[in-house]
Amino acid sequence: MQLIKSHPILEFSHGKIVKFSFDGKDMKGFEGEPIAMALHANGVHIYRITPEMKRPRGFFCAIGKCSSCFMVVDGVPNVRTCVTPLNEGMKVETQTGKGTVPLNMEVGNNE
Amino acid sequence: MKNEKLYNSGVLTELCKGAVLPPKELWENKKGGLVIIECPQRIPCNPCHTSCPTGAVVEFKDINDQPEIDYEKCTGCGMCVAKCPGLACFVIDLTFSEDKALLKLPYELTPMPEKKDKVWCLNRVGEVVTEGTVENITEPFKDSTKVLHVSIDKSFVDQVRSVRVVK
Amino acid sequence: MSEIKKTDILIVGGGAAGLSAAAEAASYGAKITVLESDLHLGGQLVKQTHKFFGSKDEHAGTRGYKIADIILKEIEDNKENVEVHTNTAAVGFYKNDGIVTAMSGEESYFKLQPKKILMATGAQERIIPFPNNDLPGVYGAGAVQTLMNVYGVVPGKKVLMVGAGNIGLIVSYQLMQAGVEIAAVLEALPKIGGYWVHAAKIRRLGVPILLRHTIKAALGKDVVEGAVIQELNDKFQLIGEPKKIDCDVICLAVGLTPTNEMLWQAGCEMKFVSQLCGHVPVRDAKLRTSHPDFWVAGDAAGIEEASAAMIEGRIAGLAMSEALGLKIQQENYGIYQERLDSLRRGEAGEKIRCGLGMAQITDWGNK
Repeated sequence: MQLIKSHPILEFSHGKIVKFSFDGKDMKGFEGEPIAMALHANGVHIYRITPEMKRPRGFFCAIGKCSSCFMVVDGVPNVRTCVTPLNEGMKVETQTGKGTVPLNMEVGNNE
Repeated sequence: MKNEKLYNSGVLTELCKGAVLPPKELWENKKGGLVIIECPQRIPCNPCHTSCPTGAVVEFKDINDQPEIDYEKCTGCGMCVAKCPGLACFVIDLTFSEDKALLKLPYELTPMPEKKDKVWCLNRVGEVVTEGTVENITEPFKDSTKVLHVSIDKSFVDQVRSVRVVK
Repeated sequence: MSEIKKTDILIVGGGAAGLSAAAEAASYGAKITVLESDLHLGGQLVKQTHKFFGSKDEHAGTRGYKIADIILKEIEDNKENVEVHTNTAAVGFYKNDGIVTAMSGEESYFKLQPKKILMATGAQERIIPFPNNDLPGVYGAGAVQTLMNVYGVVPGKKVLMVGAGNIGLIVSYQLMQAGVEIAAVLEALPKIGGYWVHAAKIRRLGVPILLRHTIKAALGKDVVEGAVIQELNDKFQLIGEPKKIDCDVICLAVGLTPTNEMLWQAGCEMKFVSQLCGHVPVRDAKLRTSHPDFWVAGDAAGIEEASAAMIEGRIAGLAMSEALGLKIQQENYGIYQERLDSLRRGEAGEKIRCGLGMAQITDWGNK
C-alpha cells in the first residue's frame, strides 16, 4: 500500500487489515476506512466510467457530496466510496454507466 | 514598491515593518541572539507575544497588530520560533564564534537531522546559499515543531531562512 | 412507521462550528443530537496539521487536529446530553411537520423531531472549467488533505496546486510534510489571497508561486499525466506561451461555497453575498435565521475560517439554549462577540465585515 512512511507531525493509527476485491483482484485495506482511500492506497485511481461520454472518474471531494467516486459495492451501484467504510470480503467493482439496482437483494432497514 | 511581484508571492524584498534587523549595537555582542519576525501583514494572531517569557514581543493592542520587539528584553530563547503558526520567527546569535553565527529556525519536515549534520541553507526563495552545521535540536513545546540551531557563515545571516536536510 | 427520535437541539455537521455549539449547549443541559456525514467527528479540523492563528481563546498555536480533540473532550464532560450519529446525513426537512429525515450510510433512514436546529454543514469545494478537469488525479484540496492527513495515503508524486488562498498555501505545505513534491502553485490574481506567512513558508522551501497564471488543461488519457499552464494579463486574458508542467495530481484550491440546502427547504430567507462566497441565510447577531427554529454557524453561514466558525458555534449554542428556556451565561454573548470582532478587524477580515453588512440584520422583531 502507498502509505506515508514517516510524517513530522502525525502518527497514523490504522485498524485491522482486511481483504477485499476490486474487479476480481484481491487487495488489502484497513477495516472501517473509506473504500476510496483503500483503493487509492492500492494504486487504483479510476472508480467509474460515465454513462454518456464514457469518461473515467476518480474521487474528487472525499466528503460524500460530488458523486465522482460512485462504484458498485457488493452488487449495489452508486455507492459513495469516499464515505463508505471498508469491510472484510467486500466486492468492489468499477461502475460503468448508471448502474443497475439488483431487484432480488435484501433491502436495508427502511421500515 | 520595488519587487512588488516577489513580495506578493510571499518573499520579503525589503525592510518593511515586522522584519527590521535588530539594532547593531545591541545585537553584535548579545549572547543567545535576538529575534527577527518576518510578519509584514495584519492578521489576527498573537502567539509570538503570548509565548514570550520576557515580554520582548510587546503586548498587542489589537490582535491584528504586527509584532513589535523590545530588543532590550529579548534573550533569544526561541520560544516564539517554536510557537509561531506562520513559522515567521528566527533568532540570530552573532556571538557563536569569530566568523560563524547561530541561526535558530523552526523545522517541521522530514528527514530529521542529527547534531553535527551538514545541511543546505536556503534563502527566501529556496535557493541554496551556503552550507550550515546543525549544532543543536530542541522541541520547546513538545509539539513536533523542532527548533534547529544551525551555525552558518556570518555573511549569510540576512539571507538564510530555511534548511534542506539531505540524508 | 419508524419511531421518530425527539431531541432539543439537532446539530447538522460535527465540525468546528457544530462541535463548539454542542459543547456550549450541552453545558446548559440541552439534549443534543449531532449528525455527521463523515465517518468521524471533527470536520476540517482533523485534517489540519498546522498551528492555528488567533488568540489563546481560539487555541492559537495549537494544531487543528489537536483542537478537535480539545472540543471533543469538553463534550465528553456532558456526554449524557449528546448523542452522535456519524456516517449520517440530514437529507430533508418538511415545513409542515418540522421533521428531519436522516440517512445513515447509503441505505437506512430515520426521522427526527428537534425543537431547534443548527445548520453547521460547512462548505463544498468549487471547481473551475478547463479541458480534462474530470480526469482522475484532479482532486479538491480537502480531498487531498483527507487522503494524506486522515488516512495516511500518499496522494501522488508531484502536485500542481491551483489557487494561493489559505487553503492552497496550507495544503501545499502539508503535502511537503507528507513528502510530496509541489510543481508550482498557480494564482490568477496579482497577489496571493492567503496569509503572507503561509506563502513565505513554502517559498523558502523553493516552491514557485506563479501569480497571474492559470491552468489551461489537464493532460492524460485515463489519469492526470501533466498540465498546461499559461500567464494572464490584468484583464485575465491569456498571454505568452503555454507551458507544460509535469505532475500526477492537480489539486484545486479555488474556493468554497456554503452548503446549506436544508435552509432553502425550510424556507429561510437567503441572499447571494459574493464576499461570503455564495447564497447564505440572512441571520441576526445570535445567528438565528428567518425561521424561528433554525440557526446557522461556520462556513454554512459564509466562508470564513475555523477559528471564527468555533466562536459562531458557541454563540449559536448559547442562543438555542436560551430559546429553549434554559438558564445560560448571558455575559458569554458579549465575550464571544468581542472575540469574533477582533478576529475580523484585520486586513484579512475586511471581506467578511463587508459580507456580514449585507447578510446580518439587527433583529427579527416578531418574526
